Amino acid sequence: MGIAVEGACKRFGDFQALDNVSIDVPDGSLTALLGPSGSGKSTLLRAIAGLEDLDAGRVTIKGEDATAKPAQKREVGFVFQHYAAFKHMTVFGNVAFGLKIRKQSKGQIESRVHELLRLVQLDGLAERYPDQLSGGQRQRMALARALAVEPQVLLLDEPFGALDAKVRKDLRTWLRRLHDEMHVTTIFVTHDQEEAMDVAEQLVVMNEGRVEQSGSADDLYDHPANEFVMSFVGEVNQLGGAFVRPHDIQVELDPDERAEEAMVQRIVALGFEIRVEFVLADGTEVWAQLTRAELQKLELREGQIVYLRPDRTKSFSGDEVVAA
Amino acid sequence: MTPTPTAKWGLRTLAFGYLGLLLLAPVGMIFYKTFEHGIGPPVEAMTSPDALHAIYLTLLMVAIAVPVNTVFGVGCALLLVRHKWKGNAIVDGIINLPFAVSPVVIGLSLFLLYGTGGWFGSTLSELGFQVLFSIPGMALASIFVSLPFVVRETVPVLQEIGTEQEQAASTLGANAWQTFWRITLPSIRWGVAYGVVLTTARVLGEFGAVTIVSGSISGETETLPLFVGKSFEQFDEQSAYAGAIVLALLALTTLLLMSIGGRKAKAGSSGPIPIAGDAAIATSTKEGS
Repeated sequence: MGIAVEGACKRFGDFQALDNVSIDVPDGSLTALLGPSGSGKSTLLRAIAGLEDLDAGRVTIKGEDATAKPAQKREVGFVFQHYAAFKHMTVFGNVAFGLKIRKQSKGQIESRVHELLRLVQLDGLAERYPDQLSGGQRQRMALARALAVEPQVLLLDEPFGALDAKVRKDLRTWLRRLHDEMHVTTIFVTHDQEEAMDVAEQLVVMNEGRVEQSGSADDLYDHPANEFVMSFVGEVNQLGGAFVRPHDIQVELDPDERAEEAMVQRIVALGFEIRVEFVLADGTEVWAQLTRAELQKLELREGQIVYLRPDRTKSFSGDEVVAA
Repeated sequence: MTPTPTAKWGLRTLAFGYLGLLLLAPVGMIFYKTFEHGIGPPVEAMTSPDALHAIYLTLLMVAIAVPVNTVFGVGCALLLVRHKWKGNAIVDGIINLPFAVSPVVIGLSLFLLYGTGGWFGSTLSELGFQVLFSIPGMALASIFVSLPFVVRETVPVLQEIGTEQEQAASTLGANAWQTFWRITLPSIRWGVAYGVVLTTARVLGEFGAVTIVSGSISGETETLPLFVGKSFEQFDEQSAYAGAIVLALLALTTLLLMSIGGRKAKAGSSGPIPIAGDAAIATSTKEGS
């Protein structure tokens, strides 16, 4: 057992941040809490760390009830979106902080800190201060600081949210590799579905203080439990009263009884993939994802009338419909 | 737009002229008057027993009021910023009282409270404590008038640093006490230090409140400002000027100590050196979730 939360509730004034939330995080796994702003994902993470008290519910870490324990005693490593670097300490001082609190010997601290700095590739920067580091370096320092005390679990609150796209991509690949080496039970919060799918083995999708669905990335994408999950873990259109992914729309030049008439409004080339925007007879806007080759074959142009046939749709009143 | 050289020099002249007339000229005048007949007379004036005792008392007031107000000020600022409750606005208002009320009024109120027949005065004198016309009363007055400085300088710094560093410390196993000493205090030290300097300056120069509660007895309850005032009234201008110079030197020393301390700390953590492109982007694209 890694981390379990049962029936967590938390209210801030009029705002219900967590509404009877339960999650199970397997030991040694890497799990993402995914959801839009205000969905309660950060509050849940902070409640697990003991930085937020729950109004109701239980938090269990490694089989032990941690609900009443203060943050200080939970042995969690926590990484903040804005790093929370100790600005008056060097990189060495930051990473050594938890070890000094635990009154380890100078020699032990020295060797452990340098080992961690090598792990996060900051070995040459031990004497720098946080304001002399880049954002990515600061976040790696924060990660080393959290790992230094050998936490039971590692909790990351939008760890890459403040970084630019390139650094973010590098860091998440790196985090993935780090987790493969260390196998610390890890939860990380993100609002970026691509990031969640890239890094995590298990995803928990949250919305308005509740868990909408949890499972693997494939599960959520192919079998979303509801409209919210379907639209949050990928792009979605409404066509003929059902939901359809843009890559599941077939564009036909000739009328077909299963197809709807539409007018090509705009063709946007995004590198390899082409985004074609249509407007239906009733004014609904729909877009389809085509490859460059498909577009060339169809010879679409703006203003043209075509027929859209969904390959695979989903309606949440009934079951999945797979068209022949 | 950069101002023309004429405008620039015009503004400079105006600023220096204003400061010169209002601040430098009077202070310069005192220096001139003090050392008009060489260094002998002021040294003699300042080594008389009464003058030496006045210097000692003034420094004693600083030694009492500054630590008391520093501890209180930091504690109070923590309470105001970190523990939100409805009474905060009232506490905040009360803290400003010494700024709003004239020191003479503060002196009078202490006199009423601790004098014979006052609320506390009679009980304390039965127990053998004399507050008025002695050091405890003067210390109370000094603490009162200089109370807001550390609070006022610390509150904005505490608000600025936020709570994330403290939370990070707690997840790393630090208890509240360790977090305060290792994280909070080092982060707010410049605000506190500035508050301490202002407190010191205020206590050094306090006249109104201390006059009333001390009774201004030469050689016993006379601080340096009182000594200067009395010398001036008794046409002992040499002592008045020399005393004023000593006060100014004490204040200057405080400022100097702070800037030396500041420079040392700066040398320890050299300024920000941008080393990678994403540092700038990271700070400019901060967004809450």
